Amino acid sequence: MPWFSKSGKEKEKKLLGDNLWVKCGRCGAHVFKEEWAHTHKVCPKCNYHGKLTAYERISLTIDSGTFTETFASITPSDPLSFVDGKGAYPAKVDKARAKTKLNESVVTGAGRINGIPVSIAVMDFRFLGGSLGSGTGEKILRASNYSLEKEVPLIIFSSSGGARMQEGALSLMQMAKTCAGISRLNRKKIPYISVLTDPTTGGVSASFAMVGDVNIAEPGAVIGFAGRRVIEQTIQQRLPNNFQTSEFLLEHGFLDAIVNRSEIKKTLSGILSYWNHN
Amino acid sequence: MTEKRKTAHDQSPGIGSGRAALDVKGRNGKRQVNSTLTPWQTVQIARHPQRPVLQDYIRMICSEFIELHGDRAFGDDQALIGGLATIGRHRVALIGHNKGKTVQENVDRNFAQARPEGYRKALRIMRLAEKFGLPVVSFVDTQGASPGLDAEERGQAEAIARNLTEMAGLRTPIIALITGEGGSGGALGIAVADVVLMMSHSIYSVISPEGCASILWRDATFSAAAAEALKLTAPSLVKLGVVDEIVEEPEGGAHRDHEATAVAIKETLAKHLKNLSALPIEKLLNKRFQKFSSMGKFAR
Repeated sequence: MPWFSKSGKEKEKKLLGDNLWVKCGRCGAHVFKEEWAHTHKVCPKCNYHGKLTAYERISLTIDSGTFTETFASITPSDPLSFVDGKGAYPAKVDKARAKTKLNESVVTGAGRINGIPVSIAVMDFRFLGGSLGSGTGEKILRASNYSLEKEVPLIIFSSSGGARMQEGALSLMQMAKTCAGISRLNRKKIPYISVLTDPTTGGVSASFAMVGDVNIAEPGAVIGFAGRRVIEQTIQQRLPNNFQTSEFLLEHGFLDAIVNRSEIKKTLSGILSYWNHN
Repeated sequence: MTEKRKTAHDQSPGIGSGRAALDVKGRNGKRQVNSTLTPWQTVQIARHPQRPVLQDYIRMICSEFIELHGDRAFGDDQALIGGLATIGRHRVALIGHNKGKTVQENVDRNFAQARPEGYRKALRIMRLAEKFGLPVVSFVDTQGASPGLDAEERGQAEAIARNLTEMAGLRTPIIALITGEGGSGGALGIAVADVVLMMSHSIYSVISPEGCASILWRDATFSAAAAEALKLTAPSLVKLGVVDEIVEEPEGGAHRDHEATAVAIKETLAKHLKNLSALPIEKLLNKRFQKFSSMGKFAR
């Protein structure tokens, strides 16, 4: 290893090691930790929107004191007795649960957004990459069923690498299951707003995340169906720089708007205020 | 064009070696093949180059097929086709992935890897079925939806998601039959149905065994192990509640006797078309919703 990179790394380690700084995941800028918290993990230099935990997102979106969590005990089982090269699925689940203090890759509940009652589901990327397992699909369906019963809008924040391979075809079926829930909302004219955050790919982008009455995304989020590497290998050509970003999707007509994190709550309540206005 | 040929070429070693293994088994007795296949061997049969494809089934099963083209927005995808069809005494709307029988056909049809306009054409034909009061019969046989710059630009994710949502509420009976490869979202995009059938040597999976092996084993040579772990065969999927019924193939696999395979499919479709048409639409839709909302296994 050349001397300069080593010394650079050490310097960085020292800089980050004193716990005062956070390094931006995109531009690499060192941001004062206090400022990072103040901007809710948005880089002040490049506007990179870092990943939020589900509860951070909820506290940013739902009026304080109005959130009631639902179905929190739902957690993965191991329907396929799945073991891969790196071990058994239940061991991975245990690790994810310990790390995140969550039971699944989505948190669901009811609350208010600037006074408007909603049903909300927020995915958490830290739990197995936000993957869509049976428990995830079940919670999202129940959140949409809650919307249907109470006649309140549904808001879903997506953040997911896609389907959960360890649950095989059952994971695939969660795409159909969650969309079946959305279909019922459409029929009963209950609004569903999808907020796509970094990243929303694979089976989640190809199901509930893409069929909101209104689709909005945070700036710079990776959103797409097939993996970038798979596409590059298949077509053997370089992809545009903004490929599979929020900006790319907006340009091609699949998003209604790109909204900065600090504006999302206001945007949601603004749109919802038009529902059943007259 | 070149990249598509390359894809075909890349796959050939897998198919070739699988076929060799099957031929050996064939000589030793076809009966053995049906009972002792490993999931990985089933994958090879599902991809067998002589396995019947949609054009074969249409010719053998339908007394009439009027193909309908185009999604009315962008183009006409030949990877996923559809139209009006007559099966016995039933008139239906038929949609399906369209694999070719030659390399040139496969190149023209993108190896049945549909693009967004394919899924949108399928939805258009399903809406037509709803309007005309025709049940939908969907033949599923794809390794997956097309991955590509063009597919992403035109919203592959949205096209599939829209079909899942609309099929859940489509006010006419839907039957899906996995005939060969049921590859992930690309398969499911036309497989949300009241009755989901699988040929006995077909596969249905969230990811290809090769893809799963390269991600979870970090080595594509573990594809056989991944095929085992994914539980992608018809009997496993019946147990998991994903598939309702298996259509038995002739001994050794569908490629050994196209006619007998078609007869088995025609009989099974006729049975379900009759049963589904007897159900009032609201009951049918409720059953469809219950079916998909109960899929999945979790703890609490």
